[in-house]
Amino acid sequence: MKKTDLVQTTKNIRKALLMMNHRSNASHSGSALSIVELLTVLYFKYLNVDPENPKDPKRDKFILSKGHASSGLYATLAERGFFDKSYLDRFYVDNGILPGHIDFEAAPGLESAAGSLGHGLSVGMGMAIAAKYQKLKSRVVVMISDGELNEGSIWEPLLLAPHLKLDNLTVIVDYNKIQSFGITNEVINLEPLNEKLKAFNWHVIEINGHDMKEIEQALNAKTSQPKIIIAHTIKGKGVSYMENKLEWHYRSPNKELLDQAYGEIDN
Amino acid sequence: MSAKFPFTEKKDTRSGFGAGLLELGKKNPNVVALCADLTGSLKMDAFEKEFPDRFFQIGIAEANMMGIAAGLTIGGKIPFTGTFANFSTGRVYDQIRQSIAYSGKNVKICASHAGITLGEDGATHQILEDIGLMKMLPGMVVINPCDYNQTKAATLAIADYVGPVYLRFGRPSVPIFTPADQKFEIGKAIVMNEGKDVSIFATGHLVWKALMAVEELEAMGINAEVINIHTIKPLDNAAVLKSAMKTKCIVTAEEHQMNGGLGDSIAQLLSREYPTPIEMVAVKDSFGESGTPDQLMVKYGLDTSDIIKAVQKVIKRKMV
Repeated sequence: MKKTDLVQTTKNIRKALLMMNHRSNASHSGSALSIVELLTVLYFKYLNVDPENPKDPKRDKFILSKGHASSGLYATLAERGFFDKSYLDRFYVDNGILPGHIDFEAAPGLESAAGSLGHGLSVGMGMAIAAKYQKLKSRVVVMISDGELNEGSIWEPLLLAPHLKLDNLTVIVDYNKIQSFGITNEVINLEPLNEKLKAFNWHVIEINGHDMKEIEQALNAKTSQPKIIIAHTIKGKGVSYMENKLEWHYRSPNKELLDQAYGEIDN
Repeated sequence: MSAKFPFTEKKDTRSGFGAGLLELGKKNPNVVALCADLTGSLKMDAFEKEFPDRFFQIGIAEANMMGIAAGLTIGGKIPFTGTFANFSTGRVYDQIRQSIAYSGKNVKICASHAGITLGEDGATHQILEDIGLMKMLPGMVVINPCDYNQTKAATLAIADYVGPVYLRFGRPSVPIFTPADQKFEIGKAIVMNEGKDVSIFATGHLVWKALMAVEELEAMGINAEVINIHTIKPLDNAAVLKSAMKTKCIVTAEEHQMNGGLGDSIAQLLSREYPTPIEMVAVKDSFGESGTPDQLMVKYGLDTSDIIKAVQKVIKRKMV
């Protein structure tokens, strides 16, 4: 896919997820907007996945451990053709298809339940071990949030994956600097994060998480250790009134704000 | 030992699990095992030695172990996790809930050192709430076999069942009184002794204690039925109701809190379908303590004499 098309894809995903959150009065728009470029590169440039055969054993697997950003993943999977875009109308509603937090059986392309934080990396490790055991080339990517690094259960797999030399496992930290009710490094200071992860024997790459070229390069970097990409992102990216604003972790846009956001994204 | 109910020898139920797991390793290439640094305690060392590429040492990181087990199911593998009952349930409840139960993953959570018979290590490790925790999870099967042979048979059987299972066993040596070649049927209660005056539903090694009560009760002129409920969920409703309708009074016996245990499941069923007087031999809203297993079983009211007292009490309550 050409760069211009990729940019258009990010616009489509942003608008779709905002519409979903507007229509259902759902929260976490900011958490989903920060990962749109990451999801776009993953699903349109990197992951070996096939919407026609979503359960192919040889596929790559992606787990969104920060399950509250589900609207971003659902919009991306629909854009990639895993399911009809009409599914997105059935997000976060009575008798819907797509739940607020992720049920992996809700729609094709979802790999793991997520919502309660600090689980996805362990599950992804299990999948990476399974791929090695079955001698499959299948790769596993797990995206966690910066706030999720507060969870002790994240540090168990962070300790074990390099010990098991799982070079088919990549972790992306969506470092958008804001969590539920505070600035991440004011709630618990993660820094120096890069050095911490290096000391755990991870191959650490720091990038601008909105630069799709940097994202692609980082994903494709060959390493003998498991890899962790610290993606510096902006919460609410692409919508001026949401960017770096704590309240957009939970707020949902009304019609007027939605129209304004659409205008900004299309320009 | 009694004349009516002989036992061959005493052995720990965890060794039944270890033997079953080793046999599964030979029979079923999809079976893999994970352990949180308690390989010797769980008797998983034989499997580890025989199948090193199918054994995963996770370290003292139980939350990670449950998540990895969930992920490992992806290509049709059947992960068996092993650690103490306390760390298999309460410590990792959210991991089991979201990544295993809600996700319907085919993980077998195998838990040793359950209950107060863990003994001297004390209350921190003596979980008496695990059956309740696990049976509340939708879709979770909960199994608590009575002796070495039954634990081995159950270990083999759960590999053939698709879905999450909690298998509970223990540390101390207890009598072996069920056949070595038994076929274990999940959810199928076993009548150990037929009787007409009272039904004793027991689980785990309390089944033996219930059988020991039978002869003393016989001497008092009470003809007791003993039923082995090795599967607490799904409960064998038909077997419970059939016996209740015959004897019209019930005693339950288990090494678990009264809240959330086998007695609780049976009372729930009977109150809906066939209200019957019931007495429960179980731990009464208390933590355990450090001590020898036998002494603790007496102190916490879980011994044969406690079953007998409960029978005498419930028979008096029988509606005639």
